[in-house]
Amino acid sequence: MALLSVRDLHTRYAVGKQQLRAVDGVSFEVGRGETVGLVGESGCGKSTLGKTILRLVPSAEGTIELDGADITHLGEGAMAPHRRRMQMIFQDPFGSLNPRQTIRTVLDTALKVHRLGNGAERERQLQEIVTRVGLPSDSLDRYPHEFSGGQRQRIGIARALVLHPALIVCDEPVSALDVSIQAQILNLLIDLKREFGLAYLFISHDLSVVRYFADRVLVMYFGRIVESASHATLWRDPRHPYTKALFAAVPSADPTHKRVAPPIKGELVTTEQVRGCRFHSRCPAATDRCRAEEPPLRSLGEGHHAACHYA
Amino acid sequence: MSVQVDPELEVPVSVDTGSRAAPRKHRRLRAFVRNPTFVAGVMILAFFVFLAVFADLLCPGDPLDMVAPPVLWPGQDMAFPLGTDSLGRDVLSGLVHGSRASLVVGISAAAIGLAIGMLVGALAGFFGGRIDTALTRLIELFQTTPTFILVIVIVAIGEPNLETIAMAIGLASWPTVARLVRAQFRSLRESDFVMAARSLGYSRWRIILQEILPNALPPVIVAASVMTANAILIEAGLSFLNMRDPNIVSWGGMIGDGRDQLRTAWFLTALPGAAIALAVLSLNLVGDGLNEILNPRTEP
Repeated sequence: MALLSVRDLHTRYAVGKQQLRAVDGVSFEVGRGETVGLVGESGCGKSTLGKTILRLVPSAEGTIELDGADITHLGEGAMAPHRRRMQMIFQDPFGSLNPRQTIRTVLDTALKVHRLGNGAERERQLQEIVTRVGLPSDSLDRYPHEFSGGQRQRIGIARALVLHPALIVCDEPVSALDVSIQAQILNLLIDLKREFGLAYLFISHDLSVVRYFADRVLVMYFGRIVESASHATLWRDPRHPYTKALFAAVPSADPTHKRVAPPIKGELVTTEQVRGCRFHSRCPAATDRCRAEEPPLRSLGEGHHAACHYA
Repeated sequence: MSVQVDPELEVPVSVDTGSRAAPRKHRRLRAFVRNPTFVAGVMILAFFVFLAVFADLLCPGDPLDMVAPPVLWPGQDMAFPLGTDSLGRDVLSGLVHGSRASLVVGISAAAIGLAIGMLVGALAGFFGGRIDTALTRLIELFQTTPTFILVIVIVAIGEPNLETIAMAIGLASWPTVARLVRAQFRSLRESDFVMAARSLGYSRWRIILQEILPNALPPVIVAASVMTANAILIEAGLSFLNMRDPNIVSWGGMIGDGRDQLRTAWFLTALPGAAIALAVLSLNLVGDGLNEILNPRTEP
């Protein structure tokens, strides 16, 4: 039984009278201790998917199962015990911390809400977690504005970790940070994963980060998963034209290196209803079949799936 | 593959580390002091509060007692430096004691308006959907009624005492606060730290009171000082129209009484008028100053 199992999940936002299908029929699983990368360009629904799984955004259709329990429609009270099992790390280290609370309040309230431990035990846990994520030991009584971006992200990690979850959704956890700090935070996440047996759903638009980090990668386009494979397979043999284009867009340090696919043009349009493959308007290899018929996500063997007629 | 982490590395990169709470508080304080309009407002307001608190010591006796010949001009008799009105009542004593009515009504009306407005605004902004639609209609209903007329109607129905007047002004002035708080809640409920609080399993009330409300307060505090000023003005208007407690001296009432002598003894209306203007001005200055100080973009 997978830790997290998502089946045919849909999330829709109302944009005026139209509906924005931010997540449009996504299915995948995350096993215990597994790191699943979720890549795609801005606005393709990655963050919405993460927030829908955590029940922070209401889903329109489909099911979310955590440890085999269906949590899709649980009320606030019934959801509370499941909240301990999954947490989130946010992109913006400035907006994700309440500016009017000390670090102690942030972490201690979480423990209090879930009635974990008495005063002394909680204090010991707070000290432990703060040192574990690499913050100075006198951090607890300070406010978020007294920390740098990288340190704030460590606070965000401490907050996600304080309830000892099994799954953490990392929503672009390093993209707002300096490159030198990025590596530190990524290594911290890797260490914590080993230490606590965490599973990550790692959302990023940065392929190099995902490659460094993920066991398995899901490529998302326009609310759907268009390709999924283990990270080795995907980098060796990308099958969907969109994935190829994403790889081609990564700048190469070698000037003699030839592009594997032409760069994609145009922009992601998310409100209009598309017939056929949702990538056809930007796909260099699109045919009449692509314009008429939507390709399902089909298996290519070895856990490799792609949603392309010609993959 | 692993990148060596140098624990020292993060220190020079971080820009705002090391600024501890204490120097920050001092900076706040300095920002307060450096803002001249704010300081002026606070000083004038403090003066009126001083008058209101020590009225009985400064001008002992009932300000409504006839103590001298009628219509003494200011300076004519040094026992009554600001003169007397047509009934021989001491104007200075009236002004000093009148500050009580104005401040009490102003502050309690603002408190009532804030309480209702914050409750309605918070519920509408946080829950959205049908609750928001219903409450927004209610806000609009109150906003389309002219404030002063609404206050007059409420006071006319009840007894014209300070409690009713404060209640009436509070009931008529909450929609501004409600709109403000609603807008704040709508944007803050989508913020990442509220998302984090929800994912940690906090209850709705904890999120409203502990996460959103403290961050929604700065503009509300600014609005509160302006509301107090408006309440003082409305109270003066009501007193002028004789909708007042006849046993309590108030600035608006003094203007109303002095109206008949406007051409012969203009100081009877001008002095309480100046007091109202100063009090309202001071509260507006405080509001402006707070707006600048609490604005995150001008954060010291």
